[in-house]
Amino acid sequence: MSLRILVGCKRVIDYAVKIRVKPDKSGVITEGVKHSMNPFDEIAIEEAVRMKEKKIAKEIVAFSCGPTQCQETLRTALAMGADRGIHVEVSGPEYETLQPLHISKMLAKLAKDEQIDLIIVGKQAIDDDCNQTAQMTAALLDWPQATSASKIEAKDGSLQVVREIDGGLETIKVKLPSVVSADLRLNEPRYATLPNIMKAKKKPIKKLAPKDLGVDVSPRIQVVTVEEPPVRQAGAKVENVDAVVEKLKALGHA
Amino acid sequence: MHCWFFTSQVFKSLPGKALVGNSRNFHCIKPLLQSTRHRPLVETITTLRQNLIKSLGRDSVSDTEAIRKQHSRDEGVERHNHLADLVVWPKSTEECSIIASLCSEKKVPMIPFGTGTGLESGVCAAYGGVSVDMSKMDQIVNFNPEDFDVTVQPGVTRKGLNHFLKDHGLWFPVDPGADASLCGMTATSASGTNAVRYGTMRENVLNVEVVLADGRVLHTAGENRRSKKSSAGLNLTNLFVGSEGSLGFITKATLKIYGIPEMMLSAVCAFTTIKAAVDTCVQILQSNIPIARIELMDDVAMDMCNNHNKLDYKVAPTLFLEFHGSEDSVKSQAKFAGEIADYNGGSEFRWAYESEERNRLWKARHDIYWTTLQSNPGCRAIITDVCVPITRLPDLITQTKADIQESGIIGPCLGHVGDGNFHTFLVFNPNKPEEFKKAETLAARMTKRALDLNGTCTGEHGIGIGKMNYLEKEMGPVGIEMMKSIKKTLDPHWLMNPGKIFLSEY
Repeated sequence: MSLRILVGCKRVIDYAVKIRVKPDKSGVITEGVKHSMNPFDEIAIEEAVRMKEKKIAKEIVAFSCGPTQCQETLRTALAMGADRGIHVEVSGPEYETLQPLHISKMLAKLAKDEQIDLIIVGKQAIDDDCNQTAQMTAALLDWPQATSASKIEAKDGSLQVVREIDGGLETIKVKLPSVVSADLRLNEPRYATLPNIMKAKKKPIKKLAPKDLGVDVSPRIQVVTVEEPPVRQAGAKVENVDAVVEKLKALGHA
Repeated sequence: MHCWFFTSQVFKSLPGKALVGNSRNFHCIKPLLQSTRHRPLVETITTLRQNLIKSLGRDSVSDTEAIRKQHSRDEGVERHNHLADLVVWPKSTEECSIIASLCSEKKVPMIPFGTGTGLESGVCAAYGGVSVDMSKMDQIVNFNPEDFDVTVQPGVTRKGLNHFLKDHGLWFPVDPGADASLCGMTATSASGTNAVRYGTMRENVLNVEVVLADGRVLHTAGENRRSKKSSAGLNLTNLFVGSEGSLGFITKATLKIYGIPEMMLSAVCAFTTIKAAVDTCVQILQSNIPIARIELMDDVAMDMCNNHNKLDYKVAPTLFLEFHGSEDSVKSQAKFAGEIADYNGGSEFRWAYESEERNRLWKARHDIYWTTLQSNPGCRAIITDVCVPITRLPDLITQTKADIQESGIIGPCLGHVGDGNFHTFLVFNPNKPEEFKKAETLAARMTKRALDLNGTCTGEHGIGIGKMNYLEKEMGPVGIEMMKSIKKTLDPHWLMNPGKIFLSEY
């Protein structure tokens, strides 16, 4: 087998950061905040790199869509072992309202243009928790899909995938080409090492605009307001059960 | 010289907040704390509290019992049930300075609190006072990846820092078991499994910002200086590394960071005797193999580890090894080490390259303290931390193990054999004072043996309260005098973390 794998890498706010809402309630503060690759996408890249080490894959193409800083995300993917990167540049208000459907359309077009055999993406992004991109991409391409993968084995021109589902684990066989989405227990991603970070600087990143892929990124949604959850109020102590009931009645709960 | 025999009776009658009636047993160091110190008076604390609220805001000060309790203990053996009188959360070095001035003015003890993951009761409020929780100062203030240095505030933990560094291909290798505060690690001169190759905090702290007891701010290597080496004046930085909160509040630490190794290979190997395992370790080091980690777990520890983590290692003295470097160098190091192990009768080699395999292996090692406690529900453990020159290790461990076996106490032996440092967790039931006594006696005998073998009573955990008995024998009278002299210069009223390290103030 020598597959060409396309991996989606989303640039998101780092999971360790405390999220703050903008004072004008139009969104969350992203300016000056640490961003990194979506953790599920790191798992996807790691899986692709392992497949290349096992000689199942021959080339790994990393993809990211967003502002200029997405190049950093792609460099991380390249340092982990991807061979080249594709950056579709979208910024400003169009970036704020970018949806999984837009990304799926881009992935589908790239899959055809770059002759991709396997698309691996993270199962969901930690900022929107959509869990839609893999499924939509498969539908657009009319390819089989194996989502929430916790184990992938390549066997005779197809993939045997163990999926994490509500009831436990499900094992399915998917023919190639296909779309797979990575779940948490698929692997533990490697760290990019300094020599690999240096080498990654020389790997090529192709820059494209959405229209080059025939994708219209004009907004399909409008963000009305973003608010923080209500601040926790202090509790109150009361002397006895009757007082509790009084209070509950006064608050309209009984 | 005054001798106060501190029992719970005496404390109940002193003015101050009432002690909580508690069914937990406390293993007090009996008449060892020789001091004329009293707990602060209620009136003093009330006034201090008002002043602190005025300067820091209501949200930064607490006198709630639950909060004070949380801040008056760590992860080690509970030595007493004294609570801090107040807990405060400074948000900056300036606020820390204000706290120090206010407390000094009223002669109230101050105890820096990081993550509370210490093992020697270093944060316990032996004489009440103010617990200064540094966790709100949680910024990485200066990061210079190409210079391999980073400056952090006390709220940054080692795992937090490593998460921040990983995208740059860098890491901070000092790894005590807990996810401890880096400034706290500076205060205890912490070490970990990687010390054999990368050193301990002593070798990796370039500069420290300290708020002294009187509120002055000190930069031990000069403000913002971060050169890798310096011959300028007296080495104040290393004075504070390991000072356990007794000389001031560490509000920033500048740390040396390293490139993540290109390849990491872990291996496990079982031996028939402890001596064979330790001999293998000594020989690996003498072959100058730049091994990154070499850890020992004895059969008792392996058994608990298997049961708790559902693993299937052989129940025998085992070495856990890790090699770092390029692919070629790692493979040749491992091959050579394998030959040495083989020569000493090692068997059941297991290797792991992949991240999840290696992490599973090392998690089992890092969690062994918790595993020990959970395997003996309701029990606590005295943790020993002796460290001797490497060639003395085989005898020390063998004698210690024999001693433990004879006593009937459960005591896994494990640790950083590459540094000549090993731990035992001497398990005792808090409801059986005779078990505690046996455990204490074992610990004392082991420490005496280690000191006789030119070693130290504590390789990495610090003195705190737990090892106060041994410091005088280890350092000798001139050493102790010197330390107290320095302490008195920096903290003339003995307000910084009193009741720790030294048996007496005089």
